[in-house]
Amino acid sequence: MATRDPGVLTTEQVVQARGVTRAFDGQVVLDHLDLDIAPGEFVAMIGRSGTGKSTLLRALAGLDPDVGGELAVDATAAVVFQEPRLVPWKRVWNNVALGLRVPDPRAVARTALDEVGLAARADAWPLTLSGGEAQRAALARALVRDPGLLLLDEPFSALDALTRITMHQLVLSLWERHRPAVLLVTHDVDEALALADRVLVLADGQIAHSASIPLDRPRDRDHPDLVALRIRLLTELGVATRDVS
Amino acid sequence: MGRPEPAVDGRGSPVSISTGSSETRRGSPAEPDAPALPLAGVTGGRPRARGSRGRGWRRSGWLRLISPVVVLALWQILSSTGVVSPQKLPSLTTLWSTAVHLITTDSPTYGTLQHAMLISLERVAIGFVIGGGLAMVLAVVAGLSRFGENAIDPLMQALRTLPLFGLIPVFIVWFGIGESPKITLVALAAAVPLYLNTFAGIRGVDGKLAELGQVLGLSRAEQIRAIILPGALPTILVGLRQSLGTAWLALVVAEQINANAGLGFIINQGEQFLQQNVIFVALIVYLILGLLTDYIVRLIERRALSWRRGILES
Repeated sequence: MATRDPGVLTTEQVVQARGVTRAFDGQVVLDHLDLDIAPGEFVAMIGRSGTGKSTLLRALAGLDPDVGGELAVDATAAVVFQEPRLVPWKRVWNNVALGLRVPDPRAVARTALDEVGLAARADAWPLTLSGGEAQRAALARALVRDPGLLLLDEPFSALDALTRITMHQLVLSLWERHRPAVLLVTHDVDEALALADRVLVLADGQIAHSASIPLDRPRDRDHPDLVALRIRLLTELGVATRDVS
Repeated sequence: MGRPEPAVDGRGSPVSISTGSSETRRGSPAEPDAPALPLAGVTGGRPRARGSRGRGWRRSGWLRLISPVVVLALWQILSSTGVVSPQKLPSLTTLWSTAVHLITTDSPTYGTLQHAMLISLERVAIGFVIGGGLAMVLAVVAGLSRFGENAIDPLMQALRTLPLFGLIPVFIVWFGIGESPKITLVALAAAVPLYLNTFAGIRGVDGKLAELGQVLGLSRAEQIRAIILPGALPTILVGLRQSLGTAWLALVVAEQINANAGLGFIINQGEQFLQQNVIFVALIVYLILGLLTDYIVRLIERRALSWRRGILES
């Protein structure tokens, strides 16, 4: 049984996973996976669908009681899901403040909404928000908890391309300001290349590949290092890249 | 676990707006004054065509009045021209004067209409509070835990299939012929639909939102208050309307056994003295009270579910 106790963290890591294993009906999804994430580090995890990216993220978020192995995660981890998961009967600010234990949750929520550029919609009902706005509100809800680790489960995959670019910029600026460690699960190689310090490829239940990207942001998509890395990652993912080279 | 009631079908998810509100439209003659209110637009569905939807609804709201008015006019014509004998169907004007008479004179046979109405209202209110309250508690317990479900749900499902009015002789043996058998019957009638809908509503709450509550570190109590009960509310309110409806129904039946006051008593007396017009007046009062309670629930619905109207205002 995995422990998700900050006390178990033996080093300065916000995530320390050793031999994490998870099977569904005998089908092994995570197979003795090891993972470390340092404070403030931006890690992106890519993988074909069904490789267990979300399973791992859910385990890190403490949502999977049946995961095996040793798992120590910063207790202040916050999650943004693929869909915004705003509670439709609570106004936007109230969604952000949900479960917040501070003296003036409303003011704190408004500040967070201001940071994601959504202050004007603080009193709106969530069902009136656009997809991008809703995901911003979800980001504000995660950030308002001042997390040491931000778990992002394909948060931009349902957004249109333009909104996605804006969201990338927003996430980067928020990350630079608050410096949480980030684990971004995505199936978009370019998203990973644009944002992360380190890109992991998940395959066969383990981290099959890891690449560091020591480039400053914002990054030029056509930087030779990124082009080379993109080809490598796509090959790792089993996508034909002949036409690229 | 299957959904027990067709009426609650598809209402599980709090975002199933179009399904959730078709109910609001059904069987509601009190609707004419609703158009000004925001939920009106939600009635029936799609978020898109807002303006035209509101107008269309308003028009159909008034259109709904036509058929009742036609029926009333036919009624008046048939009875006042003697096509149907006034013994079988008293004319509306006769009923009006009968009503006025019942209200203004305290006759030894009938008492006054308003007194009878108060007695009936009181019975429904007490029965509903007891039955509905109990049903809510049981449904929350059954809805929130597997143990509660196993303990409570089979009994409530059994109760649902029990012919309620068949219990009357049993209740008379158990409780005598006073207020208790009547109130018990009303309470049982109110309890069943409210229980079924509340239970289904709780079980239908989006699991993803429950998971969110977990991620945000909500306590069990906060989770219930902030997510589960509000999520179940649309279905609970449907249950509330059904429940009030069956409560009135049960009252009508209950009051015709050994009552010495109340609307059912007036009906009984009218039957004894062959005064069809009195029976009709009492029935109409039942009808009006039933519509009124239904209308009140719909007002509550509009307030409590105002978050849905957001779709229209975006």
